[in-house]
Parts: sequence; structure tokens; C-alpha cells
Amino acid sequence: MKNSRRSFLKIAGVSALGLVIKPVFNTFASSEEHAEHLKPDFSKKNNALTGKRWGMVIDTRKFQSEEDLKPIIDACNSIHNIPDLKVKNHEIKWIWEDEYEHAFTDSENEYVNERVKHLPFLVLCNHCDDPPCVRACPTKATFKREDGIVLMDFHRCIGCRFCMAACPYGSRSFNFRDPRPGIEHQNPDYPTRTKGVVEKCNFCAERLAVGKMPKCVEVSNGAIAFGDLDDPDSTVRKLLKENYTIRRKPSLGTHPSVFYIV
Amino acid sequence: MNDKSKIVIGLIIFLAIITFPFWYNMGKATSAPEPKLSDKAKAAKVCVEPKEYMKAEHMHILDNWRNEVVRKGNRTYKSSTGKEYNISLSSGEESCLGCHTDKAEFCDKCHDYASVNPYCWDCHIDPKEEKK
Repeated sequence: MKNSRRSFLKIAGVSALGLVIKPVFNTFASSEEHAEHLKPDFSKKNNALTGKRWGMVIDTRKFQSEEDLKPIIDACNSIHNIPDLKVKNHEIKWIWEDEYEHAFTDSENEYVNERVKHLPFLVLCNHCDDPPCVRACPTKATFKREDGIVLMDFHRCIGCRFCMAACPYGSRSFNFRDPRPGIEHQNPDYPTRTKGVVEKCNFCAERLAVGKMPKCVEVSNGAIAFGDLDDPDSTVRKLLKENYTIRRKPSLGTHPSVFYIV
Repeated sequence: MNDKSKIVIGLIIFLAIITFPFWYNMGKATSAPEPKLSDKAKAAKVCVEPKEYMKAEHMHILDNWRNEVVRKGNRTYKSSTGKEYNISLSSGEESCLGCHTDKAEFCDKCHDYASVNPYCWDCHIDPKEEKK
């Protein structure tokens, strides 16, 4: 067979193309192999508590004084490694005590009964159904989970504090400094936070995942109830049906999931 | 224009300074460290995935884990062998550090060598440094 220069060039061209394409195919092939190996299978624990919209009912009739609230606040602080930093401006709060006038600014009844007026109220993140903090967060570090818990991903928080400005309840705290020196007894089961991260109550999501009730509910001697607001047969719905309850700043339309029996 | 000698001397000094790190470290290259397995890890023989895979991909596994736990609440991991593991970095028996008990020997050695500084331990508590 007689080869012309033209046919030689053709063959040379096609072979060169083949040489170039081979490595490309190789990379694709290897990455597919990779993807096949990385087929992670995740699931919830068998005993995990699940719900559509977690909520809390706090029976304030069972609290007489600040003394009654202290064990609840301390229990939360100790399991979540919340520091006691002494300086008021650096304070980290997940669940704390406030007075009626501050907590319920919407109710303008200046003749409210004496008991309620001087009652210490337990306040915490309301895990709103329409949370303004989630909309304000630019990195999606704070987000609303399918079960209604408004959660923080501390890994993602860049500390811009937009969420703090957006939250009408002051439920969020900022770590102005390293919290570790302020923690007396570290709980190794829960991470601490670092400087420059916002934090707040998480409805004990880490405990729900292993089938436990939130710590504050556990130590409240029945004064705090926790359950699924979406389930008509749940204990919280029963309490709401039988008692008159109020929520904090309802006029803002955030639909808090924490209710107070007064 | 008779600064030729000055320029050459300057160039030599410049080159000497620039290449100093190479001279300084010549012959001192150390081999990559081997992570030391704790007795517990040795006894277990296998990690959640094969050794080679863990060597190359442990950071991706940890990244996946943290997203699943924090964002979805999934705390059980089914490995490619079908065995189920509890997802945890530092707490409990069934956690990374529950088996690899010595963070300094297992994690830090290589991370220091490779000059990688993961910030896991800024928040997660190494059971060893736990303050009682």
C-alpha cells in the first residue's frame, strides 16, 4: 500500500488525539471509582425522638422564686459547657431568668396581678416557627431543622452577629473571648465554642438524638413540658388545651414554640 | 561605570541569602512519621473504613459526619462493610478518640509534619486534656 503524505498526517492526527483523550478518561474513571466507594449511609439512632415541631410549655405557677429556677439553669449550663465569664458584657446565656415586664413587652396591662408581676420567668430561645435569625444569617450557620428546632452550626458561624440583631428575644450570645477558661467542669460529651461564634439554646438536640428529653425538662420536676406541637395527642398540646397560655411578643409574627402557663 | 565588582559581590551575597534555607536544611530531611496506633486500635484491627481509604479520606469522612450530625441529626454511620458506627469525634466508647486514645501520637504527629492545622480541638474536647 502506498502511503501518501495526506493519509500519514490523518493517522498521526487521530493517534495524537487518542493519546490526549486517554488520560482524561482515566481521571473520570478513577473519580467514578471514588464516588462508588464514598456512598455513605447515614441514619438516625433507633431511639431518637422525632417530631414535626418541637415545643415547650413552661408552667410558671410551679415557680415561686429565683431559687426554683437556679437548678434548671445550672443543669443546662453544665452539660453544654457554658462559661461563667464574670463580666456582664461577655455573658453567655442559653436559658436564664427575666421579669415579666421585660419578657412580655406586648402585654400592656399595668394592673396585672401581683403574682405574675413579680414572678421570675424562665426565658430561652423560642425556636420560632418563622425565625428571623435564620433569614438574617448570611452563611446558613443558623437554620431551622425539619423538626422545628432552630439550630446553630458552630462550624459555619463567622460571627457577623446579624442573627443577634434579628432576634427580638435577645436569645443569642456572642463569644467575645475564649470560653474555655470560664468553664469549671468541662463536659467532654459536648464541644465548647470558640471566640467569635454566636450561640444559643438548641432544645437539647444532642439529647433528643439519643432518646432523652431536654435537660431543663428533666430537672424541672414537671414544671416544664416538652413535646411535638404538631401531634394533637402530645402532652404539650394537652396542656395548651387545658390552660391559658401566653407567648413572648406574639405581635411580631415569629410564632414562638415556647408557651407560658400563667 | 566601573562598579562591576561591587555588583558581582552584591549578587553573590544576595544568592547566598536567598538559598540559605536550602543550605541550612541540607541532609536533614526526615522521613514522614508513622502514626502510632493505640493498643485498642490495634486490637480492633479495622477502622470504620479500610486503612488506605482512611489515610486518604479521613477528613472528608469527618466533614460528612459533622454535616449529617449537626444539620440532619443522623448519628449512625453504616460503613462499606455494613457495620454500623456511632458518629462521634471525641466522646464515648464508639468515637474516633475512644479508639485512637492518644491524639498526640495519632493525629498531631502527621498534622505537624504536613503543617496542617485543623481546628477540631478548639471546640471538641480531647478526653485527655479534660479538666476535672
